[in-house]
Amino acid sequence: MKLHEYESKDVLAKVGVPVPAGEVTSDGDEARAIAERLGGKVVVKAQVLMGGRGKAGGVKLFDDAASAGAFARELIGKTLVSIQNPQGMVVEKVLVAEQIDIAEEYYLSVLVDRAAAKVVVMISAKGGMDIEEVAHDDPGAIVRLHVDPSWGLADFQIRKAVREARIPKPAQSQMVQMIKRLVEAFMDTDADLIEINPCAWTPEGRLVAADAKVSIDDNALYRHEGYRQNADDAAEDPIEAEAARRGIAYVRLDGDIGVIGNGAGLVMCSLDEIASAGGRPADFLDVGGGAQAERVKSCVELVLMDPNVKGLLINIFGGITRCDEVARGILAAFDELNVTIPVVARIEGTAAEEGRRLLEGSRLVPAETMQDAARKIVELAYA
Amino acid sequence: MAILVDRSTRVLVAGMTGREGSFHTEQMIEYGTNVVAGVTPGKGGQALFGVPVFDTVEEAVAQTGATAALIFVPAPFAADSVLECEAAGIPFITLITEGLPILDSLRVVNRLKAGGRARLLGGNCAGIITPGQCKMGIMPGHIFAPGPIGMVSRSGTLTYEVVWELTRAGLGQSTCVGIGGDPLPGTRFREVLELFEADPETKAVVMIGEIGGSDEEEGAAYIRTMSKPVVAFISGRTAPPGKRMGHAGAIISGGTGTAQSKVDALLAAGAAVADKTHEIPVLVAQALASRGVGVG
Repeated sequence: MKLHEYESKDVLAKVGVPVPAGEVTSDGDEARAIAERLGGKVVVKAQVLMGGRGKAGGVKLFDDAASAGAFARELIGKTLVSIQNPQGMVVEKVLVAEQIDIAEEYYLSVLVDRAAAKVVVMISAKGGMDIEEVAHDDPGAIVRLHVDPSWGLADFQIRKAVREARIPKPAQSQMVQMIKRLVEAFMDTDADLIEINPCAWTPEGRLVAADAKVSIDDNALYRHEGYRQNADDAAEDPIEAEAARRGIAYVRLDGDIGVIGNGAGLVMCSLDEIASAGGRPADFLDVGGGAQAERVKSCVELVLMDPNVKGLLINIFGGITRCDEVARGILAAFDELNVTIPVVARIEGTAAEEGRRLLEGSRLVPAETMQDAARKIVELAYA
Repeated sequence: MAILVDRSTRVLVAGMTGREGSFHTEQMIEYGTNVVAGVTPGKGGQALFGVPVFDTVEEAVAQTGATAALIFVPAPFAADSVLECEAAGIPFITLITEGLPILDSLRVVNRLKAGGRARLLGGNCAGIITPGQCKMGIMPGHIFAPGPIGMVSRSGTLTYEVVWELTRAGLGQSTCVGIGGDPLPGTRFREVLELFEADPETKAVVMIGEIGGSDEEEGAAYIRTMSKPVVAFISGRTAPPGKRMGHAGAIISGGTGTAQSKVDALLAAGAAVADKTHEIPVLVAQALASRGVGVG
């Protein structure tokens, strides 16, 4: 679960990482008051979880509180659209923060290195740009420091890594402190990513987290009550948010053929089959193990919420999941929802024969195999 | 022979009295698995399907001589359960539970590795089956058949799909290992490939991978050195970057973990890579024939 910038900065401030002074608000007048308290020279930043926020006009610098307040008033309630997020997102809150003078920009992040099964700190003197580009163009500019799972990081290791990353000498000791605190914050909040880019070095010699991204491990939200309450709202898409409320694993994609299957691997494979048959999948949906009819119906309803969907593929290989239950769910969906698009189902495994028998005579088009199903739905949906 | 489990395996089920645990324990017993003990704190002294339930793993091991553990306990308690099984001296622990926090996985995986006493399989996996001998997991037993094909996979249902096709093609399995869909699995592709390479009953290996991480690439580096043929399949070729596709580990991030990178590594290592699941039995049969191994 990605946190907003202001929440991310709260996480950092709590462990003593310097962040620009600022406050968040959803009110234009209050934004002006905050700007006044900060001396007028502020930056106003839309709090939306999307890439390309700056280019979309969601970030602006001001010299006086009145114009900062006017901009905030205009921004709140507005929909920002970027290349990364063409559907756009409504701005509900803005962060009003002091402007930081920046002499140099560095990069810091903490994440899990899957191959090493360890937490890793990434340090670079090349901040303020896309780190993936740095990794590609100048891999030597990024230093990786693994955290020992039983005793953490020793100061000497951090000092060595910071030197290797060619962070200029005056900034080194503050950087060492910052890294220690970031690792502490990562562990305490069950984060799966903390990224500071840029990590700003000011002309007065202060190291400050000018921008921050913190993402919390979804699986650990149960032990962080405060974040858990926001989890549904944090979804970037309204159908994904609804799926989260229903406890269904659903990812919205940009195509037009809906997909329902059981098991993540089988669903991913179904998407691949649709693509190879010339179609474009509209979603990833895993009904989960042992799904009952009611849940299957709820899944069909969810997929149909996407107005782009022109056809639906259902691919079930029943293990714990009983195919007759799936069939009852599909029939209930046909009865109770207004299903007008073509539906193709491939149903195999436990109680498959009974499931197929139940579906005979319905508007569903049966298929023998996953490949056959993909071919049929692409043909029917695009007819 | 087979790997990791066979008819001599004495299985303990942690969380046996829960909904999932009891359902699958009954299925395993029906399949012929030797389930010797259940563990649920506070329910010691009861019995379920004729299997005694204990309060602690230590007690269960002392009384029944369990040699493997299968864990169904909910995610908030799963790491504790793995550590309890390790402390009680169980050498093989399979974690079915999905949703373990990544830092819990990290601590458990590193602890077991450092201890060197126990192997963890999973979490978020379907378990392991040696057809006709021992089913320790949640897979539907009837689709498997004994034979010479070793199988290792990150996905449960995709394994069933492929096994179903293999079995119908007359290609039975030595052991099928589900390593699970989590980002930090206790056992990785490479380790299972090493076990299959050393197992005289396994003549060829089917490996089912998916997007996310670099486990398949690590496995491919070992495939280069293997004497046995490997047929691979990778799902998630059309998955967009940055989106988690159901499994916690199935995500392309920072340009790593793409299906193409995995397919390229496997092809370069000499594995046959199927484009579609139904090609797998054909490729396996070809690989066996080219090495003069007869089937059935």
